[in-house]
This record gives sequence, C-alpha cells and structure tokens, in this order.
Amino acid sequence: MMKLTLRVWRQKNATAPGRFVTYEAKNVSQDMSFLEMLDVLNEELIGRGEEPIAFEHDCREGICGSCGFMIDGLAHGPKRATTVCQLHMRSFRDGDSLTIEPWRARAFPVVKDLIVDRSAFDRIIQAGGFISAPTGSAPDANAILIPKEHADLAFDGAACIGCGACVAACPNAAAMLFTAAKVSHLGLLPQGQPERDDRVRKMVTVMDGEMFGSCTNIGECEAVCPKEIRLYFIARMNHDLIKAGIKVRKMSQQAARI
Amino acid sequence: MNASAVMMLWGTSIGKKAVMAVTGFILVGFVIGHMLGNLKIYQGEEKFNAYAAWLREVGSPAFGHEQFLWLARLILLMATALHIVAAAQLTQMSYDARPVSYAQKKAIQATYASRTMRWGGVIITLFVVYHILHFTFGAVGFTPGQYKHLSVYRNVVIGFSVWYVAAFYIAAMVALGLHMYHGVWSMFQTLGLNTENAGRPYQALATVSSIVVVLGNISVPTAVLAGLLK
Repeated sequence: MMKLTLRVWRQKNATAPGRFVTYEAKNVSQDMSFLEMLDVLNEELIGRGEEPIAFEHDCREGICGSCGFMIDGLAHGPKRATTVCQLHMRSFRDGDSLTIEPWRARAFPVVKDLIVDRSAFDRIIQAGGFISAPTGSAPDANAILIPKEHADLAFDGAACIGCGACVAACPNAAAMLFTAAKVSHLGLLPQGQPERDDRVRKMVTVMDGEMFGSCTNIGECEAVCPKEIRLYFIARMNHDLIKAGIKVRKMSQQAARI
Repeated sequence: MNASAVMMLWGTSIGKKAVMAVTGFILVGFVIGHMLGNLKIYQGEEKFNAYAAWLREVGSPAFGHEQFLWLARLILLMATALHIVAAAQLTQMSYDARPVSYAQKKAIQATYASRTMRWGGVIITLFVVYHILHFTFGAVGFTPGQYKHLSVYRNVVIGFSVWYVAAFYIAAMVALGLHMYHGVWSMFQTLGLNTENAGRPYQALATVSSIVVVLGNISVPTAVLAGLLK
C-alpha cells in the first residue's frame, strides 16, 4: 500500500477564486487507476463531511475524452499515450507528492475544481466537423474505394477524443492539434471533399474566435496526446487553409457567374 | 493569389504564421548570403573591399549605383517589419489565451530553441540595430576617425579588436542560430510541407543551415581576436 500527498486545486464554481488544498491519500493500491485513487479519497472526504473533489469522467477506459487534468505539470500525468483514467498508481512511488490542477486556458473556463468547460471544442466541430451527406441505412462496404494509406491516416486523425490535453500542454494554449485532427480526418476521405475548403476555413475561424492561442510548432501537444496524434496533422491543416485561402476569390467569381 | 485571399489569410492565426514563414524564408536567404559574403574577408583586404564596392554596383548597367542595394534593403526591411508585426500579434494572442498560468508545468519534447523564439527574436532585432549603427554608419563601437566608409576590411578588424563587441556579436550569432534551428523547420511545418514522410529532411536542413551560418559568422570575430586577421 502506498501513501501520497496531493496538492489539489479546489474551486467552488466558475467565478469563485480557487486555491490549492493538500490531502493525504492513504491505503493506495498500485493497481488502482488515478481516478479510483481519487474516488477513495473522496469517500473519505464525504465521511468527514467535506466537499469531494470534482473531476470529470465517464467511460474510464480511455476512449470518451471526459477525464483529464494536470499531474505534476503534465497533461494526463507521466505516462505516454494514456488518459488519466488509464493511468495506474504503479506509475508513482510511495511517498510521492503530486500537484493536481485543471487545464488552464481562457477557452476552457474552470467549472469546479478539476472540471473545465470544453464546449469551445464543440463549437469548432459545429463550424464544420461534419459532412453534409444524406444518412440512412448503412451503405455497401467498399462502395467508395479509399486508398489504404488515406484510410489509415484518416483513422489516426479520427482517433481524437477531444480531451483537451493538447490545449493544456501547449505553452500558447492553442487548439491546433485538435482542430487539425478533425479537419484532416474528413479531408482525407472522399466523403469529405465537397466541403473541404469551407470546412477548414470555418473551423480555423471559430478556433481563433474561441480565444485559443497561436501555434509555435513546439510539439508539446503531440507529446501528451493520449491518442498519439502527430504534429503532421497540423501541417496538413495549414496546407489546406492556405490552399482554401487562395481559392476564395476563384469561388466568389464562380458564384457570381451562376 | 490576390488581395482578398491575402486578407482572408491574414485574418487567421495560421495565415499570419504563413506570413512569418515566407518572410522568414527571405530573411534566412539573406542571412546565408551575408555569411558567405563575410567569408570573403579571408581572401584579403583588397578582395574583401572590392566585394563591398561590387555590392553597390550589382545589376549594373540595368541598375544604377546602389539602386539594387536599396531595393534589397527595402525588401528586407518590409520582410522584417511583417515578421515582427505578425509575431507580436500572435504572441499577444497566446498570452491572452492563458490568463491563469500553471502552478507547475513541465515540457516533454519542446527544444530549448523552440521555447526561446520570442526572446531570441528580440535579441536579434537589437543586434541588427547595433550592427547597422556599427558597421554601416560607424556611429558606435569606434573612436572618432577610426571608421572609414567602404574600408570594410579595416573597419571589421578595428571593430572586432574590442573584445566585448566581438563577444556581443558571437552571442548574437548563437541566438540567431537557435532562432534558425526552430524557424527553418517551422517554415515547412507552417506552410504545410511537413507531411508524414517528409519531416526528417526539413529537420536536417534546419540543423545544417543554422550550424553553418553560426560557425561561418563567428569565425570572423574569432579570427580577429586570435590575431589571424589584422
């Protein structure tokens, strides 16, 4: 059994000032996930009549993107390609002292304790992260042929769970890796082509408007991404946007002719 | 490319970064050319001074005396201005994006060069101002009467024989090298050329070009201090 000292950010609500509170986590099994360790601590807090530490979580199997906070200055903690729910206490040592704080970004205001509001991501998706195709019954498999490399790459982008770690780890609080993954996974597939230029233009415009920062190609986003989305996706989005920018006038001329 | 497309791009963070990439490309091209010109000092006083005189006659007879030189200076000045304005606006955007900073924050893979781009840019700007006042105008770093226009070889030897001036130049070149190390690679990333398969050559290009520029430029003050150029 391990014992840990946790310095946790406590903030009552979005407007209240927050502060760090130190807790002792006793009887921590190394087989517990980080969230289970917090669950046990919360049980103890509830037993003492204190407010439990609020953190977001849902699937607890690393695929929903709900969980995530900073552990000792690292988004999702020290283990690569892992969400905080899949991080186990064996990654730490008995007697460790850990600082736990929420994602810090103007676009991600703190709701309570470790929970931030990531709806800025939803608004980026709403701006263009979809295809306008009639849905209905599932189409025949392979009715549209897609080169294997494109399908693989599109899937790599689609693996994004929108957890916000890229923004959290970025020294500029930029949302480029998230937006790039969403722009690219559709932009790489035939179904995404009709709206490709429009999509990247709208999503980047909303991204900028949501008060995320500006990318400096530092690569911290890639390093903390639990889905290992690569920096190349950002280059791909840059390329798409510059190309779409060049096409702006050509399109308005065509529209005028129609 | 036309006015409305440029304005649409300038309105986005990525478009401003593209402006930084293109102007950075121009400035890196100049820096490499300038470094190669500096190396001509090893051919001796006569040839080095002749090179400086030739720079004023480039493009002759199509261009008159110093016309091409001033055209180049104008382009460099505009590139520098755009580079700095875009950098300042993007930096402001990033500062605004994180009003509450972390109590603890660690970097995993960010290089020292990538994390010092802004301060590096400020140092390089201050250096360029000093450098122009020093070797172009002879307004600083010389005692009255020491600086002679177009006697570039003498000016360099006299200028760098002051050890702290030479040390400042060397330090500034290290800052330039770091700026280029991240900047040259970033250029390709920002313009979207850094695809899944192409990353490594660009990184290598950034490493080689920054090292060559730094070593080439540092060699001159070092040679003066070592007494090899006199």
